[in-house]
Amino acid sequence: MQTKVENNKAWFLVMPVFLIVAFSAIIPLMTVVNYSVQDIFDPYTRYFVGTEWFKQVMLDSRLQEALLRQFIYSFTIIIIEVPLGICVALMMPTKGRGASLALILVAIPLLIPWNVVGTIWQIFGRADIGLFGAFMSSIGVDYNYASDPTDAWLTVVLMDVWHWTPLVALLCYSGLRAIPEVYYQAARIDQASRWAVFRYIQLPKLTNVLIIGVLLRFMDSFMIYTEPFVLTGGGPGSSTTFLSQALVQQAIGQFDLGPAAAFSLVYFLIILLVCWVFYTTIMNMQKDK
Amino acid sequence: MASITLNALAHTYTDNPTKPEDYAIREMSHVWEQGGAFALLGPSGCGKSTLLNIISGLLEPSHGEVLFDGKRVNELKPEERNIAQVFQFPVVYDTMTVFDNLAFPLRNIGVPEYKVKSKVYEVAEILELSDQLKRKAKGLSADQKQKVSMGRGLVRDDVSAILFDEPLTVIDPQLKWKLRRKLKQIHEQFNITMVYVTHDQLEASTFADKIAVMYNGKIVQFGTPRELFEKPAHTFVGYFIGSPGMNFFEAELKAKDDQKEALMFGEHEIATSDAMLARLKAMGASKVTLGIRPEFVHVWDGKNNDAFSVEVDYVEDLGTYKILSFLFHGQIMKARLSEDQKVPSGQIYVSFPEQWTKVYVDDYLVDVDDQANTVDKNKETDHAN
Repeated sequence: MQTKVENNKAWFLVMPVFLIVAFSAIIPLMTVVNYSVQDIFDPYTRYFVGTEWFKQVMLDSRLQEALLRQFIYSFTIIIIEVPLGICVALMMPTKGRGASLALILVAIPLLIPWNVVGTIWQIFGRADIGLFGAFMSSIGVDYNYASDPTDAWLTVVLMDVWHWTPLVALLCYSGLRAIPEVYYQAARIDQASRWAVFRYIQLPKLTNVLIIGVLLRFMDSFMIYTEPFVLTGGGPGSSTTFLSQALVQQAIGQFDLGPAAAFSLVYFLIILLVCWVFYTTIMNMQKDK
Repeated sequence: MASITLNALAHTYTDNPTKPEDYAIREMSHVWEQGGAFALLGPSGCGKSTLLNIISGLLEPSHGEVLFDGKRVNELKPEERNIAQVFQFPVVYDTMTVFDNLAFPLRNIGVPEYKVKSKVYEVAEILELSDQLKRKAKGLSADQKQKVSMGRGLVRDDVSAILFDEPLTVIDPQLKWKLRRKLKQIHEQFNITMVYVTHDQLEASTFADKIAVMYNGKIVQFGTPRELFEKPAHTFVGYFIGSPGMNFFEAELKAKDDQKEALMFGEHEIATSDAMLARLKAMGASKVTLGIRPEFVHVWDGKNNDAFSVEVDYVEDLGTYKILSFLFHGQIMKARLSEDQKVPSGQIYVSFPEQWTKVYVDDYLVDVDDQANTVDKNKETDHAN
């Protein structure tokens, strides 16, 4: 039997949300959609081109390479930053002055502006005046991020790990603090090893913050622009040219607004899709357990 | 299996304790015999949990010793003491199945898997968890979780004692008695020393053979539920046990008209044995506290010249019985009326049977019934000789 009361007045209550979302997301996105399906010469001369720009960018080998590079990069830094962040969080003191001190020290990289981070590492890695570069030279490693693609990659990854592992660490630290003491007591009584405590108490309780951590790190790293731009400028060659830099080159450097808009949409959809797949998979895994 | 002995045990959380109030546990010596079911009863903040954590080894006492079967275990960690502890909030390992939860303590000490299996099945059977073994522990209800955390203690053969820290707090009322009965049954089956911490007198008395009542960091009485009810050793026990608690009033030991001394409450003389009077005199106590349980206050139906005349304040109907509040010399006291007793009003007569009127000096019971009595008698015979 139908007992639901039909009342369309409720729609008025969600109107503000629609308006805010429209202005913050849908309308800006629509302008991009507008560019992506037209070839625009001037305000009065434009031609509808359908999916042509999309076809073009999907087949553009430069963009394909940047996309692959982007995936490898995001994957690498997540693989490094998440376990490292957990380790840092586990080692951080929990009580007293040491705890506050550790929190401040760990948080410092997060407070530095992106382009400053790039500049810091640019100098830090220089073989002549940089601490890191000079150190590498002094132990006999031929290190030069400006000319060697491997060194450039290494430096970009290292920079991101330095910059963003603290975020994962802080998230994990807060997650760890939220575990009631009684779990550790029970584990001691059950004679659990340090590893068992981590595996069966700490890690399960960290799942939620780790999901957030991985999602944040994926989205941020997938959109990374400033730091590699300042550090390597996408080079040597195009070895560290990631997606957003390739996009900027196309949109601003070459002023190909149509393909750039099409590419932006694809870019956006990739991020959305990866996050959705990741989140759904994790949630299903938890349900099965 | 073990007896647990506390030897001159005290604990403080401060670095430089100066006054008795600095101690969470004041110096105590106490023995929990092997195989008994004990309760540690007391209000919140009286040191029960501290004491329990000291026994389990989660906390190292600042003074004194803990002995298991006569062996000092102060320095042993919880994992080395072979005790199990069930906490107030059920602790289960969320990501594991019920089976893995129960197997966890065994696997941690490297028990071969076939033994783990048989032991887990056995314990699951007893706890009525057999059909839940394959489920994730996360989805269990609170009482099932609590059973799982209890089961983790039962699977180990080497467990000498199981400590319960208010284990039924988060359990639904209907399930409480069921789980409590299960505990009792397990106790009979396993012959393990069990110490059960609670602030609920009903829980304590249904579970335990003997109850230790804690107050301000001290065990003020250790006895059977009946002893706690009939002969509270401390005014706190009288107040805390029973519903409503004991009636207390101050009386004075002074000379009556005929020079003989008696316990006086204002104008009224309270019936007291000669032995008690002699004892109080010997102690040099002049001010005492008298206690009588509402259940033992005798309410007369009619006028009675031997009884005290008091004024009825109000009557509370609690279903199967009624609680009568009356004013005795300006002090509110309570008496329990049985179902069929007629409800009095106005001026009524009550008396306090001597047997049930307990005498307290400085909050502790003055006991002349058994041992003390015989001592006094011996003295008297000595004098006679």
